[in-house]
Amino acid sequence: MTAATNNTTIIRNGHVFDPLNEINGDIKDIFIKDGKVVSSLTSAEQRDATIIDATGKTVMPGGVDSHSHVAGAKVNAGRLMRPEDHYKSVRTKTALTHSGSGYTVPSVYKQGYDYAAMGYTTVFEAAMPPLEARHTHEEMRSTPILDMGAYLVLGNNWFVMRCLKEGDVEKAAAYVAWMMRTHKAYGIKCVNPAGVENWGWAKNVHGLDEPNIHFEVTSREIIHGLAEVNELLGLPMSLHLHTNNLGHPGNWEITRDSLAIPSDIKPSQKTGVEWAETKMNSRRKQSVYLAHAQFSAFGGSSWRDFQSGVAGLVDYVNKCDHVVIDNGAVPFGPATAMTGDGPAIHDLYMLSGQKWSNTDVEMECGSGVIPFVYLKSSPISSIQWAMGLELLLLINDPWKTIMTTDHPNGGVFTQYPQVMTWLMSKKARDDTAKECHKWAYDKSSLGGVDREMSLYEMAILTRANPACTIGMAYRKGHLGVGADGDVTIYDIDPGKLNLNDTAALTARLARPDFTVKDGRIVARQGEIVAVPEGRRYYCRPHVDDALEKEMLADVKDWFKYYTVGFANYPVPEKYLKNPVAIPVHNAEAEALARR
Amino acid sequence: MTASKNIVCPVCGASCDDIQVELSGDKINVKNACKMGNAKFQEIVGSHRILQPLLQEKGMVRPAQWEEAIERTAEILADARRPLIFMGSETSCEAMEVGLHLGEFLGAVVDSNATVCHGPTAMGIQEAGRVGATAGQSKSRSDLAVYWGSNPLESMPRHMSRYAVYPRGYWTRRGRFDRTIITVDPRRSITAENSDLHIQLRPNTDYELLSALLTLLHGKRPHPSVEKVTGVSISQMEEMLDLMKNCNFGSIYVGLGIASSYGKHRNAEAAFNLVKELNAHTKFVIGALRGHCNVAGFNQIASYLYGFPFGLDFSRGYPRYNPGEYTAVDLLRDRDVDAALIVSADPVSHFPAACAKYLAEIPMACIDIAPCPTTMISNVVLPGVIDAMECDGTFYRLDDVPIYFQPFTKSPFSFTKSNEDTMKQIFERVKAIKR
Ligand code: SF4
Ligand SMILES: [Zn+2]
Repeated sequence: MTAATNNTTIIRNGHVFDPLNEINGDIKDIFIKDGKVVSSLTSAEQRDATIIDATGKTVMPGGVDSHSHVAGAKVNAGRLMRPEDHYKSVRTKTALTHSGSGYTVPSVYKQGYDYAAMGYTTVFEAAMPPLEARHTHEEMRSTPILDMGAYLVLGNNWFVMRCLKEGDVEKAAAYVAWMMRTHKAYGIKCVNPAGVENWGWAKNVHGLDEPNIHFEVTSREIIHGLAEVNELLGLPMSLHLHTNNLGHPGNWEITRDSLAIPSDIKPSQKTGVEWAETKMNSRRKQSVYLAHAQFSAFGGSSWRDFQSGVAGLVDYVNKCDHVVIDNGAVPFGPATAMTGDGPAIHDLYMLSGQKWSNTDVEMECGSGVIPFVYLKSSPISSIQWAMGLELLLLINDPWKTIMTTDHPNGGVFTQYPQVMTWLMSKKARDDTAKECHKWAYDKSSLGGVDREMSLYEMAILTRANPACTIGMAYRKGHLGVGADGDVTIYDIDPGKLNLNDTAALTARLARPDFTVKDGRIVARQGEIVAVPEGRRYYCRPHVDDALEKEMLADVKDWFKYYTVGFANYPVPEKYLKNPVAIPVHNAEAEALARR
Repeated sequence: MTASKNIVCPVCGASCDDIQVELSGDKINVKNACKMGNAKFQEIVGSHRILQPLLQEKGMVRPAQWEEAIERTAEILADARRPLIFMGSETSCEAMEVGLHLGEFLGAVVDSNATVCHGPTAMGIQEAGRVGATAGQSKSRSDLAVYWGSNPLESMPRHMSRYAVYPRGYWTRRGRFDRTIITVDPRRSITAENSDLHIQLRPNTDYELLSALLTLLHGKRPHPSVEKVTGVSISQMEEMLDLMKNCNFGSIYVGLGIASSYGKHRNAEAAFNLVKELNAHTKFVIGALRGHCNVAGFNQIASYLYGFPFGLDFSRGYPRYNPGEYTAVDLLRDRDVDAALIVSADPVSHFPAACAKYLAEIPMACIDIAPCPTTMISNVVLPGVIDAMECDGTFYRLDDVPIYFQPFTKSPFSFTKSNEDTMKQIFERVKAIKR
């Protein structure tokens, strides 16, 4: 590597894996200028460029995590209640970096550095409660290096439920548009629809057609309604769904039925952004993105006859075109379960008796946090490990899948390299199966799966597809001209890939030679060498003025039930570092109006 | 005259955000605030505001230039081997964040008010977790409120009227008439007088009473000696538990009566465990009644920036946490720090005498708006800016909801816009000295 004197970077001779541009390990130079990928550089620019020799190495776009719990009230509840998670896992400050602590729930600086050191440059927070959005933004503002955004939790919002009960999808859309602008949110998250509201009375719902208390609205109505709202507004990502009965044996069927609900809704992305060049169409194709499918693919009918229910769910996903899932892998070890699904965490408390935190948020949503350990000796943990991998290996089209651990629910994001190794190597899976409870293979189909994913497929699952699915492929997840200059260079020679040396593979995936962000080297072999500030993405959807006015009059009246005044409810831009507002449905004439 | 609405009150953890203010010359007219809040708003035109930096040298106090005072503060911190930075609660998260960064840079200990108020409550959360809700959840749903070791009418005057008892919520349209109030307090406080049931336990027996309630909840009978210990009959405990099990949505508000009586964090732990188990019967939540404005804020930002809620020791280059060892009172009592920066707090009045005495011995700087025993013994006094009145920023409310506040007037000083600004200026000078 030579020092740079201008704003250009060249990554030479690497084996490039860039699925959206159909580049599969070809040897290629990547040119970056002013933070963006360009097709070439002048000879003067080349002379002054930072040059990274990637000969014999694997080059991928920077990693994109589309579902992780990294910022906000419930993540911090996890940090606050778990000093035992922090004592043993500390990071010392350096001249360049802050100190920090925490393994499953690291503090924000440590979290940002750890992601970057692992080759990830973009991470989206999976659940932002509106009333506590300022908190989520504060934490994202303090997170170094990463580009971020957050999904707004709306699946049990009183105003949304009331509109949907009245069948007024337009008003619901106007409200959601206003909420996203007000709280600087990126997408719509729907958690245990209808059920979390019932948790306000220590109850839940258990079926798609069970009306909840008082609001008398069903999960089916909410899922369909919000998916419709999503496409009426033209948001970059589809509805992001956390299904009912999460964590209950036998829930794979309700998951399948939930996914079928928005099958009639056409994806419609109307963002006013410039799209970087790709060979493949990089617009999303799905109308529903299922979160952490593993927790929603349980088979059996109780913990006694518990088994993987993945086969049934996968069967459905393989047949339809409107679904993308992330898996929520379970790589074993300590975890902290945290979700907007308050009652699901109460169920875990009833099982484990652990310390348990919960925060219900007035008129909007809820959340729960509980420490958890996945043991190889545990039959249930072992089956969950198998299920997380089954989901990705049994869905044929990799463009329907994303790799996550639902950090820190199934495991910690720093375990991604281990998960990748299992996906790439049957031997790695068999080795682990030998170490863990025999139910792992007995009660799942994983033992019979021979598929070994290629580096190309890994690039789809950890880069290209998360970016497409959340509508960020206009700049992320690939290395086409105009894309952000975010690149990971792994010390892996694809020609000499040894799938039997699984420990080495994991180590190389965990510690890339270089992580490049916006053309700048931020990490080298695990060490942070530069700490630029990332961007914060949010959407600005618009509806017709008259519709907005009508909605706002209602909302203002609604505020008498809040404990924060209407004027003090919004998140000012001050809470965002480098905000990038994505205009949606911008053309005046196109604005959503009463039909 | 300027008139402003939706102003946030910077006094207690209620963070009321509906204050109306009319400011004209040296008069301020305040609407919606309680007595406590109103008194604070009056300070903005009050006569005892600290208006210029002060330096104390050889027992003499003299006015100083701002730059000189900042420089002296920076020197005190830079020269120390183990400084203490104490972030009081009446300032913004933004100022606290700078304090934490400064502490990390110096290898200092950074602590906050939680250490002397709800620190044990936070430790109780670390033992048991906490099942809670935002204030509006209780406002709309709660038909039972339990004030345990707390006296809101004195420590948080609008808690009952804004959040917990009187407001007409969605399912509590008749306000007070839709709710039952229980107070657990050794004293016959005014809150107790206004309650439907007063459990007048003996002082320092909260743990025993909580344990007995848990035993009853498990369907067993507690040992009869508990009546003598707590001064509460088992039949009264049963009456209380019946009310709790049979409500639709119960809310417990614990105060310092729990955090600072015998048992401390074990009391909080027992209370949190009781609430966890009550959720198998009905909906129940619990939260701390935080008497100080932004005391929750420090817990939140220290946790997300470094991983621990208070009492952070950076001397090893990474955060360490061990309440009782790296907490302000213990460090001062053990004479284990050698300089201090105190921001918006008065430890000389509120800490044990030995701590106050030691503070007088070591070099110390402080930021405050009005004279108090702490400013009297400080080597440097930097005039404070009043958050929520003179600058914008963030407080975390008693229920951990972040509140963004905007000022209705400006900092009276040309040299600083806010305490955050002052902290940044100190940090810059410290860096320059250490470089
Ligand atoms: S209750 Fe507290 S925050 Fe509200 S006005 Fe009174 S002192 Fe201020
Ligand atoms: Zn999740």
